[in-house]
Amino acid sequence: MYRIIQKEILAPTITKYVIEAPYVARKRKAGNFVIIRVEETGERIPLTLVDSNLKEGTVTLIVQAIGKTTKALALKNAGEYIMDLMGPLGNPTPIEMGKTIACIGGGVGTAELYPITKALKEAGNTIYTIVGARSKELVILEKEMQQVSDTFYITTDDGSYKRKGFVTDQLKELLDANLGINMVYAIGPLPMMRAVSNLTKPYNVRTMVSLNAVMVDGTGMCGGCRVSINGQMKFACVDGPEFEGHEVDFDEMLLRNRSYVEMEKISVDRFTKEPHVCKREGMA
Amino acid sequence: MKTNVNKMKPSERMKIPRQSSLEQKPDERRRNFTEVSFGVDEERALLEAARCLECQNPVCQEGCPVNIDIRSFVQLVYQKDYVGAVNKIRESNFLPAICGRVCPQEEQCEQVCTLGKKHDPVAIGKLERFVADYELKHNLFSPPVIEEHRSEKIAVVGSGPAGLTCAAELAKLGYQVTLFEALHAVGGVLRYGIPEFRLPRTILDLEAERIKALGVKIETNFLVGRTATIDEFLEEWGFNAIFLGTGAGTPQFMGIPGESLNGVYSANEFLTRVNLMKAYKFPEYDTPIKVGKSVAVIGGGNTAMDAVRTSKRLGAEHAYLIYRRSRTEMPARVEEVHHAEEEGIEFMMLTNPTRILGDQNGSVCGIECQKMELGDPDESGRRKPVPSSEPKFVVDVQNVIEAVGQSPNPIIQSTTPGLKTGRKGVVLADDVQRTSRERIFAGGDLSRGGATVILAMRDGKIAANEIHQYLQKKKQ
Repeated sequence: MYRIIQKEILAPTITKYVIEAPYVARKRKAGNFVIIRVEETGERIPLTLVDSNLKEGTVTLIVQAIGKTTKALALKNAGEYIMDLMGPLGNPTPIEMGKTIACIGGGVGTAELYPITKALKEAGNTIYTIVGARSKELVILEKEMQQVSDTFYITTDDGSYKRKGFVTDQLKELLDANLGINMVYAIGPLPMMRAVSNLTKPYNVRTMVSLNAVMVDGTGMCGGCRVSINGQMKFACVDGPEFEGHEVDFDEMLLRNRSYVEMEKISVDRFTKEPHVCKREGMA
Repeated sequence: MKTNVNKMKPSERMKIPRQSSLEQKPDERRRNFTEVSFGVDEERALLEAARCLECQNPVCQEGCPVNIDIRSFVQLVYQKDYVGAVNKIRESNFLPAICGRVCPQEEQCEQVCTLGKKHDPVAIGKLERFVADYELKHNLFSPPVIEEHRSEKIAVVGSGPAGLTCAAELAKLGYQVTLFEALHAVGGVLRYGIPEFRLPRTILDLEAERIKALGVKIETNFLVGRTATIDEFLEEWGFNAIFLGTGAGTPQFMGIPGESLNGVYSANEFLTRVNLMKAYKFPEYDTPIKVGKSVAVIGGGNTAMDAVRTSKRLGAEHAYLIYRRSRTEMPARVEEVHHAEEEGIEFMMLTNPTRILGDQNGSVCGIECQKMELGDPDESGRRKPVPSSEPKFVVDVQNVIEAVGQSPNPIIQSTTPGLKTGRKGVVLADDVQRTSRERIFAGGDLSRGGATVILAMRDGKIAANEIHQYLQKKKQ
């Protein structure tokens, strides 16, 4: 059992959790993730580690409540427990030096991008950050991201905050301005990472993306998270989660991530319509 | 008819037929996850025990990978001392309820049984299960007395059959043992791989409780290599020795086109979703699994058999087992093949898949196959399948489950400098399970590449003994 020490709502549906997990905190590096299971009947899902505190023995997760598991997590309060948390998993981000890097975060992916941007900044790289969200209220970690960036942009799809448009609009301008950007990190929804990769390809700028595939164990055991990288089968959990964006078969991955879409809907409907189900599981 | 076996002469005993287990009827069981076999009842157990010839030279014991004193335990059954019998087994094997269910006795103790030369061998496996279940049912377990408590700390990595056995044996010797498991529940392949209908989880949970009763500390959700490394265990955590029993958990794929389609599973994923995550209870349990009208399972081993029988239970009308060699070369246990057949599994022998076909949504809609013929023997000694001249054909299926082998998970090997590995990434271990590094021992599928539960237990036991010898020597 893993205790939630602190819970903070960052935006509608987006919540930050600080969870006691001393072993994981000791070893966490930027780019790592954990597998969690909220309750006995729950699913195992991967979540990126946003931060850790060695002294307190805690790790930080920032999660958007979309599916059954993340909604069940959102019902938990500080002082309560989740069943399982295992990690740190995946390969840490190789921290480059002496580069000019564009860090692009989309939606809750900004939370996953934050530790990487921070590490890249601390290593002395020049950082151009673009954070994109659907609307103003969904912009997260604005202050934190700004602190680890040399230049900082925000785009919103509906124009409710800062620049109206997509992250790719801003990125294209930066690339065209010949600022010497020689690397791009993009973390967010798959269509956004695909759009960024498609954009940077003709510019020949190396682009790293972080793939959040469907996983069960997260240790290389099930092969459910297999992705095609340059035509080769790779497991996102142990070979990734970061890959060269220009080599990822995004179309295939989009289809794979929709494998269980009907069943996920059943779970969510059941969860939202029948609150007694969660009470029975001791969640209320 | 009640038989008073005590009054029988040896010649009469030999006339008793081998007793069979009571089983769920195939028509019922192929739609549920309840255990297939109910084992033998007391009356049958007594008749079976009476069949033992009490050989002067008990070859059965030599046939047992963990050297159980079979003759003695069978005689204790005969004397109705069932607890004595299970404790006799436990001197050599701490997990009798598991071995009594999943051990391939027909290739081990029962194969060499003297009675088996002229008649059917004594059903040793069924007796093992009977006494273990008797003890469970009547709650008669008491942990063995630990004579001497020792201060040395040992980390056992992986809680499958090798790790559980090694941990139990070391705890019995009085060592401070911590068992590390990456998943959220102990058991390794016994938990995620072997289905409920062959090994009920209640049995596994109880056996795990008994390991705890010996004083073994269990750390789940701990992936050694990531959560902490082997060298940290030795240098910072104060472990004096380490046993690695992390199994062969990385699934292999055939490498044919279409493996990324939705509806294609590795047997590992398919079985893990069902066994560990209880996807068969969806939506009560959240983990989904999708099984269509027709399912093709590729492979001929026990894992393939487990996957194909599971898919039938999940509602597949047609569950095909596709294997490139013939029936005789199948590595699966005879009993499992027999059970599968009874349950209506459709065997497609001498058939090799060449391509998986998908529809416009990226989901599986068929599998293209090639008929095979058996050629000359290959390096495994089995006749090598070669493509026949018949044209390829397509079977309509919505799922393809590949059970074509596993290799060891590389996480520990890649994070432990100096740990030598061999073919397919197995950790090299000598005949007493020592690895290339001092203080580190390994066994089970991690060093074998893919074998049986009982051989993993054997390795765990040998390693425990070797670790004991090693630590005693160090003290001198």
